[in-house]
Amino acid sequence: MRESTLRDSPREPAPTTLAPTDGRNVVTLTEHILEIISDSGEGAQKCGQSFGSIAAQMGNGIWTTEIIPAEIRPPARSVAGASGNRIRIGAGPVTNGGDETDLVVAFNEQVLLGRVRAKELKPGCTILLENMWRTDGDPTVVASYVETHDRLVAAGFRVIEIPMEQECRKLVSDPRRGKNMFALGMLCRLYSLDLKLAVDQVVLAFGKKDRKVVDANISLLEAGHRWAAAHLDFCYRIPAVRATEPQIVVNGNTAIALGVLASGMEICAMYPITPATSVSHYLSDVFEKVGGVVHQAEDEIAACAFAIGASYAGKCTVTVTSGPGYSLKQEALGLAVMGEIPLVVVNVQRGGPSTGQPTKVEQGDLLTTLFGSHGDAPKVVIAPATIEDCFYSMITARRIAETFNMVVVVLSDASLATSQQPFPRPKFSEAWMAPPVDQSPVPKGAQPYDWDENTGLARRFIPGQPGGMHTLTGLAHDRDSHVAYDANTNEQALRARSLKLAALQRTLAAPTVFGDAAGDLLVIGWGSTKGAIEEAVASLRAQGRRVSSMHLRFLQPLPSGIKEILRGFQQVLTVENNWSDRPEDPIIDETNRRYAALAMLLRARYLVDIDCFTEDRGQPIKPSTIRRVLEAKLNSIDRRPATPDPVPASPTRTGRATQEGRKS
Amino acid sequence: MTTNATECLLQLCDEQFQLEDYQSGVPRWCSGCGDNAILAAVQRLCRDEALRPEKTVFVSGIGCSSRFPHYMKTYGFHGIHGRALPVAEGVKMARPDLTVFVNTGDGDCCSIGAAHWIHAIRYNMNLTVFLHDNQIYGLTKKQASPTSPIGTKSNTTPRGSYLEALNPVSVTLGVQNVSFVAQAVDWIPEVLFDIVKAAYHHRGLSFVRIVQRCPEWLPKSFDPWLHDPNRVQILAHANGLHPSAALSRTYKNQLEHDPSNIHRARELAGDSVNIPVGILYRNPEVPCYEDLIRPDLLRTPELTRSVLDSEMDKYTIWP
Ligand SMILES: Cc1ncc(C[n+]2csc(CCOP(=O)(O)OP(=O)(O)O)c2C)c(N)n1
Ligand code: SF4
Ligand SMILES: [Mg+2]
Repeated sequence: MRESTLRDSPREPAPTTLAPTDGRNVVTLTEHILEIISDSGEGAQKCGQSFGSIAAQMGNGIWTTEIIPAEIRPPARSVAGASGNRIRIGAGPVTNGGDETDLVVAFNEQVLLGRVRAKELKPGCTILLENMWRTDGDPTVVASYVETHDRLVAAGFRVIEIPMEQECRKLVSDPRRGKNMFALGMLCRLYSLDLKLAVDQVVLAFGKKDRKVVDANISLLEAGHRWAAAHLDFCYRIPAVRATEPQIVVNGNTAIALGVLASGMEICAMYPITPATSVSHYLSDVFEKVGGVVHQAEDEIAACAFAIGASYAGKCTVTVTSGPGYSLKQEALGLAVMGEIPLVVVNVQRGGPSTGQPTKVEQGDLLTTLFGSHGDAPKVVIAPATIEDCFYSMITARRIAETFNMVVVVLSDASLATSQQPFPRPKFSEAWMAPPVDQSPVPKGAQPYDWDENTGLARRFIPGQPGGMHTLTGLAHDRDSHVAYDANTNEQALRARSLKLAALQRTLAAPTVFGDAAGDLLVIGWGSTKGAIEEAVASLRAQGRRVSSMHLRFLQPLPSGIKEILRGFQQVLTVENNWSDRPEDPIIDETNRRYAALAMLLRARYLVDIDCFTEDRGQPIKPSTIRRVLEAKLNSIDRRPATPDPVPASPTRTGRATQEGRKS
Repeated sequence: MTTNATECLLQLCDEQFQLEDYQSGVPRWCSGCGDNAILAAVQRLCRDEALRPEKTVFVSGIGCSSRFPHYMKTYGFHGIHGRALPVAEGVKMARPDLTVFVNTGDGDCCSIGAAHWIHAIRYNMNLTVFLHDNQIYGLTKKQASPTSPIGTKSNTTPRGSYLEALNPVSVTLGVQNVSFVAQAVDWIPEVLFDIVKAAYHHRGLSFVRIVQRCPEWLPKSFDPWLHDPNRVQILAHANGLHPSAALSRTYKNQLEHDPSNIHRARELAGDSVNIPVGILYRNPEVPCYEDLIRPDLLRTPELTRSVLDSEMDKYTIWP
């Protein structure tokens, strides 16, 4: 299996030196992480995305991650202004962004510093640095450049200065536009990617512009390639196997938008908010081709109410948002629950609370999604774990919403939203689409809330259906949709709305376990952490550690079978990208520790002492971090630590594990 | 735009309806509440226009007035406070074949839902909106509303309200894309009906502010106008109201007003002494948002397949 070769191999494999074909060494690697960063507006994003696409076409596994500054136009040459893309490229499938970067192309030393300070670069990694600043007219710029350069060299980085600006100037008057293509050419050479594919990529990227622009970019690309061939004495090869099935390469937000297209939904109501908006950008471009409408409402409350109105009228609708907007929708979501109106809500989570970290990842909205809106407001909650899941979750969500007349919340996050990973091209099925709006007459005597005794389900009457006239109300109501405040009716209705979750749960398959069904430690995750968790688990399993993992896509209802799975393990740990109190904090103990969202949910449901490890740094959790945490946890379970535990006894063993993880 | 999927289902035969076909339950409003008169006028409209009950939807928010849909034997949507307009917009966007009315109170529309109100005017979707303006929060038992006249004693302003009242007609007339604004009072049924009817026939967002008595909380507030018919100014015009002879005997204060004149409409709306009653403004040329934004296409599986495929082609790596 290709996956296991990737996982089992050490991060920096012993280089295999091939016979030099053109007088230099070609080093074969199983994987590498590279990034390209610039001031925003200099095109590093595009360069990185193109590189990812080319590598994917070669048959390499890739995972691309956007590097986004918090501001639209941060000042030029600022430490916090790095904009670009990070590509993890592998010989086999790549399921997550991985650990630190091995090679970086930087357009100035300041954005590079930002990445060094954030500890995103591997010690000693290769840095290809634009050298124009060495001869800048402004002496402070020169000083800053030289100082940074020298410090990095002293710190052991392999810094290679590149005259990108100078070389580009030979071809174009304004290298700010086009340097990225020079860099792409260089990278293609360094990673032995097919230059022909790169040219195609440029044609695709600039195809809409005039021929001159395309030609200029191609010549820059080729110049970069030539320059690297002539001046760099190393290059890499990462074996690739072309997929046998067509693959598509998109980020999670595009996948969601494609899913909306495929699901047969007709209306998307939204209000702009990072990092959810690109779903609507894409839909706005294409939705009308299938008869769809994107409504940009005046705010998220209106967007949600609009979606509810459209759904009520028979066209199941999606509303797309992120944290702050999701909070605003809560009252309206309760109305949809109460009225039993199908509705699909996408929450692309970002860092919270409040405005928080708009461009950064956090899995912070699980509990508010499970329990949000006042009163008992049961809704379905699903969390895509991969880019592919983002696509299919929309089809599933629409189907469940309409079958059960429920609100279905899809919890994606900023990491899935902006990362790309190839997945098999979906084959459209008519069954994905909503049936036509039911306009058949309603039989005499039928009631709008004729709750089934066992499942709570009721047939919905849609405006236009003769004989189905009733007033839907957010007030407590009886089977006729008449306002009713009596105690029995209230309980009947609450029961029916709650039973629907159980009815859905009965149809769900038990989650699968990654690894053996029994062992010392079970790791549980949800959402975008899947790839990193499984990578860490696989590498420990390869060393014989008894650890497995399970990833939950349905968070409400939780599928059956979980309790049995938990029984197979001595200890259980959730790994989540959100906040939980650190057991080593002096005033935190078992009586006041706030657990991570999923841990809290599972503890409550299964009465199992489930621990959690969380990181809340606005970045995906690295597989190496998870690995270290799991190793420490496993050591504490084994009671034969691989390395002596330096930490004095803390209240719980699990506490030690968590502490180990944090030190990393 | 041409066919919408659901429009093929329109029944084309003429049908007769009775008032009972639109009546549901016994209204629970206080006796003398102006909402009763509005209900009567609207039921009459439905009958006269032979609106198919199953193709008609009344959407409301929360408040005494928002109970309205419960008393109609059509489809109804009694939602949440302030959000009637966006819900109605969603209904209309999804189903242009449905006739959609909105009932909203002065708190519902002009306070908690004020943002939606402004934007609904801009969208100009084909909806008929009745603002039941009793100048007070009725359901929650007498708190000042944005339209309460300054000095109104209420449970939150026991020594009189502090602020000048917001004039919903002036506000509406000030928003881009406004296409129909009328004002009625609940105690002149004939004019109320004529206005409701004109509003229904306007294609676009018809905004009708109805001065609605709340004898429970403001028993005397409307007396000056009730006792002095001359303080009700009837706006008449060939393109507007045609007051009957009987009506004109009581309501002598009449003014010719051309509803296409927005400047004059704005001046009239600002009258603080008289209540102008009639059609202040009508512009049938303002485009409806649903016509602008809804593509002229049926969402069929074949179409979906072909568009999805061509979209995915952009991102596909072929083996
Ligand atoms: C979010 C929210 N806030 C407050 C309320 C309480 N509330 C219900 S109706 C109402 C005001 C009603 O006044 P108005 O809209 O003028 O309607 P009326 O009862 O006068 O017809 C208020 C404040 C609510 N239901 N929901
Ligand atoms: S309180 Fe006022 S508005 Fe409400 S029903 Fe009574 S009279 Fe009508
Ligand atoms: Mg009121």
